[in-house]
Formats: sequence, C-alpha cells, structure tokens
Amino acid sequence: MQHMVKAVVLGLIVLAAAVATNFARDLSYQVHAVIIILVAGYLFTREIGKIGNAPVPAETGYMDGVIRAGVIATVFWGITGFLVGVWIAFQLAYPSLNLSELTQGYLNFGRLRPLHTSAVIFAFGGNALIATSFYVVQRTSAARLFGGNLAWFVFWGYQLFIVLAATGYVLGATQSKEYAEPEWYVDIWLTIVWVAYLVVFAGTIYKRKEPHIFVANWFYLAFILTIAMLHIINNLSMPVSIFGSKSVSVFAGVQDAMVQWWYGHNAVGFFLTAGFLGMMYYFVPKQAERPIYSYKLSIVHFWALIFLYIWAGPHHLLYTALPDWAQTLGMVMSIILWMPSWGGMINGLMTLSGAWDKLRTDPVLRIMVISIAFYGMSTFEGPMMAIKAVNSLSHYTDWTIGHVHSGALGWNGMITFGAIYFLAPRLWNRKGLYSTKLVNYHFWLATIGIVIYASSMWVSGIMEGLMWREVDAQGFLVNSFADTVAAKFPLLVIRGVGGLFYLTGALIMAYNIRMTIIGAGNAKPKEAAPATVPAE
Amino acid sequence: MGILDKHGVIERNATLLMVLSLVVVSIGGLVQIVPLFYLENTIEDVDGMRPYTPLELSGRDVYIREGCYVCHSQMIRPLRDEVERYGNYSLAAESQYDRPFQWGSKRTGPDLARVGGRYSDKWQVDHLKDPRSVVPESIMPSYAFLANRELNIEFIEDRIRAEQMVGVPYDQAMYDSAKSDVLAQLDPYSDGIDGLLERYPGAVARNFDGQPELTEMDALVAYLQVLGTMVDFSTFTPDESR
Repeated sequence: MQHMVKAVVLGLIVLAAAVATNFARDLSYQVHAVIIILVAGYLFTREIGKIGNAPVPAETGYMDGVIRAGVIATVFWGITGFLVGVWIAFQLAYPSLNLSELTQGYLNFGRLRPLHTSAVIFAFGGNALIATSFYVVQRTSAARLFGGNLAWFVFWGYQLFIVLAATGYVLGATQSKEYAEPEWYVDIWLTIVWVAYLVVFAGTIYKRKEPHIFVANWFYLAFILTIAMLHIINNLSMPVSIFGSKSVSVFAGVQDAMVQWWYGHNAVGFFLTAGFLGMMYYFVPKQAERPIYSYKLSIVHFWALIFLYIWAGPHHLLYTALPDWAQTLGMVMSIILWMPSWGGMINGLMTLSGAWDKLRTDPVLRIMVISIAFYGMSTFEGPMMAIKAVNSLSHYTDWTIGHVHSGALGWNGMITFGAIYFLAPRLWNRKGLYSTKLVNYHFWLATIGIVIYASSMWVSGIMEGLMWREVDAQGFLVNSFADTVAAKFPLLVIRGVGGLFYLTGALIMAYNIRMTIIGAGNAKPKEAAPATVPAE
Repeated sequence: MGILDKHGVIERNATLLMVLSLVVVSIGGLVQIVPLFYLENTIEDVDGMRPYTPLELSGRDVYIREGCYVCHSQMIRPLRDEVERYGNYSLAAESQYDRPFQWGSKRTGPDLARVGGRYSDKWQVDHLKDPRSVVPESIMPSYAFLANRELNIEFIEDRIRAEQMVGVPYDQAMYDSAKSDVLAQLDPYSDGIDGLLERYPGAVARNFDGQPELTEMDALVAYLQVLGTMVDFSTFTPDESR
C-alpha cells in the first residue's frame, strides 16, 4: 500500500515536470524539469517493482550506510569544487581560459565562480556536515537515526539540490545574491530537505539514551536551525512565472543589502563555523583520546558565539550607503566576536594537553590541530578587517579572498579531512587507514598550498588597495584601474599554484580513502566485527 | 561560576535548547534589519530616480545572468580616491528599485555605479566583444555572443508585473506598453518615443549595439549607460542626519 501511494505521488511529479518542460521559458528551467522527470521516473519504476513485496523488517543498530554515502559524496564534491577553483584562479591570470568563443560564455568566470563557491561551501561542506552530524548524534545519543529512510531522503535530496544549483549557474539561473544564488524553486526544494534534516537530527536527540545532550550536538542543532531561518528570509522572492527560473527579490537596495549580508556572514558563522565546531568538539577529543579541555568554556563559547555572530553582517557594508548606525554596530560586534572565536580555539587546542606527543606520530591529529590553528588565525584576521579604517583598504580587494580561503581551506577543509580520515576505517570496519604516509603527504601539500594562497593574496590585496588610493603631490590619482590589474598578474599565478597544491593533496586523500574502502594494505577488514551497541 | 552549573537543565531538554538557541540567534537580525524599514532617513529624498525602462531592466537581467556582480561593484564609498576615480559616492536612494541590489563585494574590475555616459556605446560594445582590444591589461572574459543573441521580450509584461507585485512603482501604462517601449528605446525617431520619455523621464533612446536586430547586447549596453545617471548631483545636498 505504501509503495502504491509513493508510486502515485512520483507519477504525478513526473507528469507535472513534463508539463513544466513543455512550457519552460528558459533553458535552465527546462533542463531542471528534465532532470526531475528522470529522477522521479527512476524512483517511480523502483516503487512499482516493490508493490506486493513483504515489508522489510526494520534494521537495528546505528544507521551508517547514509554516512558512508556522505563521506564518499564529501570527497567527490570536494575535489570537484577545488578543481573548479583552480580553473577559475587561472582564468583570472589567463583570461583566454574562459573559452568564451568556444562555449558562448557558458564557462565564463561570472558563471563558474558561483559554481566554485557553492561546490565547496554547500556540496563539500554541506555533505561533510550532514554525514558527521549523523555519525556524532547517533554515537553521543546511543540511538539509531530517527525516521528510518528519511535520512536517505535528506542525503539524496541534498545531492539533487546541488545538481540543480550547479547546472543552474552554468545555464544562467541566478538570483545574484552571493552564496544564495539558486533560484526560487531550488530554494523551496532545499527548504523541504532542510526541514527533513532537522526532523532526523532533532528526532534522534529526542530519543537519546544519554541524559545530557553532548556539546557537539548543541552546535549542530544551532547550525541547522539558524541556516533554516537565514535561508528562508534571504530568499523571499516573487517568481516572474511558475514556468521560468527568474524571480524578483522582495527586498530592494539598502534593505536587501543588509538582509543579504546578514545571511551571507552567517552562512560563514553557522554553516562554516558552528557546524564545523560541532565536528571539532567530537573528532578532536576522539582522535586525541582526551576529554574536552573545559566544559564551562564550551558553554560560554556556544552561547556567546551564536549570539554574537548574527550581528556581524554589516562589516561587509562598511562605508556603503547603509546607515552609519548599522555599520558601527556591525563593526563593534565583529570585534567582540574575536573573543568567543578564540575561546573555541583554546578549547580545541588545549584538549591536546597531555597528548601533544601524539602530533609526532599521528598525522590525522596533526591535520585537526592545524585546522584549529587556521581557525584561530582567520578569526583574528576577520575582526581586524571589520575595523572601518582597515576595511577601507581591504574591502573589494584580493585580501578578502585570501582571508576567506585561509578560513575555508585551513579550517573547514582541514577539519573535514581529519574527520574523513577518522571515519573511513570505522565506517567500513577496517583495521586502519590504507596509508598514514599518504596522510602525511596530504597534510604538507595542503598546508603549503594554503600558505602560498594566503600570502599571495595578502600581497596582491594590500598592493591593489594602496595603488587605488595613491595620489601624487598635486592630488591626482597615480594609477589607472588597469595598472592595478596588470600589477597583480604574478600573484594571481602564484595563487593558482597554491590551489593546485591543495587539490593535489585532496586527490591523494581520495586515493587513500578508496584503498581503505576496498581493504588494501593496512586497511584489512577487521575479523568478526564487534557487535555495535543495540540502539533500539 | 554558579550560573553555569544550572546549564545542565538546558542540556537535558532538547526543546528548551532549541527554543533558547532560536531566541538568541534572532536578536541581532531583529535589531539591525527591522529599523531599516521604518527609519525615515534610511533612504534619502532625491529627485530623478525612476524605475528602469523595460529595455534597461532586460539588460539588468543579462548583467545578473552573466554574473557581472562577481567582479564589479556598484557602490562608490565616500573616500577621496573613489570619489575622484568614479564620481559622487553612491546614495541609498540610487538602488531603491534594485531587486536584488548589485552593490557587489569585489572589484576584480572597476566599480560600475556611475559608468553610464562615461564611454560611448561603440566603446562598450567593442569592450564587451573583446575587452583586450580596448584595455590591453584587462582580464575580463569576452561577451561577443551577446551581440548574436536575440533579446527575448515575449514575457516582458510578466517581468514588469513581478516588479509591481513587490512594490516597484510601475503603473498600468508601463505594463501595457512594455513591448513597444523596448522597441521605442532602440530608435529615437520612432512614434513611441514620446510615450517612453513620458513614462521614463530622462531615458536615452539609441540603437545601442549598432545592429538592426534587437539583441542582448542592446539591452546590456542600455543598462550600463543608465547606471548612475538618474540623480543630478549639481542640485543634490546631503542629509546631515544620516
């Protein structure tokens, strides 16, 4: 009966998408409608095949299949995102790489840049967050994921969101709100998936066997809730037609700018910080085999961080037409935000007290520690750049790009790699990783890559900022804009090389994880798996 | 730290944890965003601002579709060098009809807030087709294909309707004559020109790309040429209270 209902619903979706294909007003919308026909059509035939089958008995124990899929997806999207990043980095140095004639603009920088940012933030980072949160919440609650196959819906629904967003950018569907580029129907789909994610995650917490909710789960929960709020409000828009991708924002001008950067900064604050701090609070103590340094510091850290982050948006709008009171408020709160950020860094780093010697022998722990170090560095740099005087120089320049990447590559990337190396042997029930030596290579390639990237962007950004404002004795501007573009050329090449290092490291990781999964080398399957804690 | 010892209550109650988290993360946004909708000095009173003509609006859609905002800001800060380089600093009023705003966050290329009228149409078209033919140092991609793509105005009325529904002051006449206004703006000697100028005072009508066909290049250049030209800064006095 259940299969029958599902088949009917899926059949209706196929029909609706077929109608949409026929009336589509733009290419992106039409391609998306075809994708939906294919996906829903496949699921339809699968459900039809199941009609009349005896119900499958419910599984018990931890639900790890969806996490295994999540780890693979994280590695896959990570490499995709890094690859596009390296490509567009070299597009900026060598504009002929845009291949504009050949591709009629479909692969121009303006379309690939959102593809890169979304691929690394939402595809790589998002899959890492979903997979690790499902792992952590089960282990720390001693309960199986709530909602049965709903977790699989979250996983595949999220992948569909990624595919729709990515193809949309290349085909020209964008709202032009940074990190919120997907158009209205993709936003609606993400909202549905996100609510399902909240139900699975919070549902698991509600049926936990442990009386206390573990600290990592506070961060994951705050991340899921806040992203829902930000996503829904920032994407409020009026579609031009239900048969087209174009929509018009309900906010205009200065209010729209404030809403967008309230969203944009907290995509950093909650997606890339609170969620990843959840990872830190579980995986670092596990890998170091030490308890979290301070329980009280984690309480202060949590509440101070989530309260303060949300205020920092206006530092993206200093000296703009945003009213001064909002600018000043944003600047002050951004500087205060330095404190909880470093509180979290200290809590993570000091967790290693008494276990620092492990850094010599354990490259996975080394990756986690360097990620916390980069977190500390970029959360110092951020408040500094939010000071109006500094921002007047740094804003609009490559310095911002360098800052973002020391956070994204250093903090988010590295803590994710650490979590992947931690998870792979456990999820596939192997004795260990295929090769620790390769982990070490990855560590050095990634670290050197980030240093090359960040330092070239500091030089480039500060240089162009100074060149823009340089005036001669008579008060005339010294440099034309084109002069500053020409001066940046060597630094843009160096930046691309830094990205290449980072990408190479990630490819080594992909090989290592693959070999671990197939059980080669040191990654022999464990004999007679110990029975996992029965959760139900 | 007695108060922290009571935190156990929140740690044992998932509902309480979620509700308190939501309250805590809502405060900042409420304080910073809500007043912008009712404080009267958020947007200055200036003369000259009008909604975009249908052709300019279509050009703006091309601008957004191609991701121009990724490399070009439209926000001149009140700093000496920027005012010197780009013109008067940007006013909030100047983007009051921009949905979404196009202030940008990065200047890989120069600011475009006042690019209108700075270069000839011919220069703009040449530059979009082959940026390095006019600026040898440029790293901008080529947009030559825009000159070969017909501008789709089949659904332009719906486009205007959507703007009306979110509150942009397009009136019924603007809606009704959207298609003819597109064509009128390409030909200063057409019959529709008086109506166009009555509905959109100060609009400039020209064959922007120099080709007989209505192309996406026409629309994009029309948009670029109107940027920053609506407010007359010789008569503008800044508001001290802001």
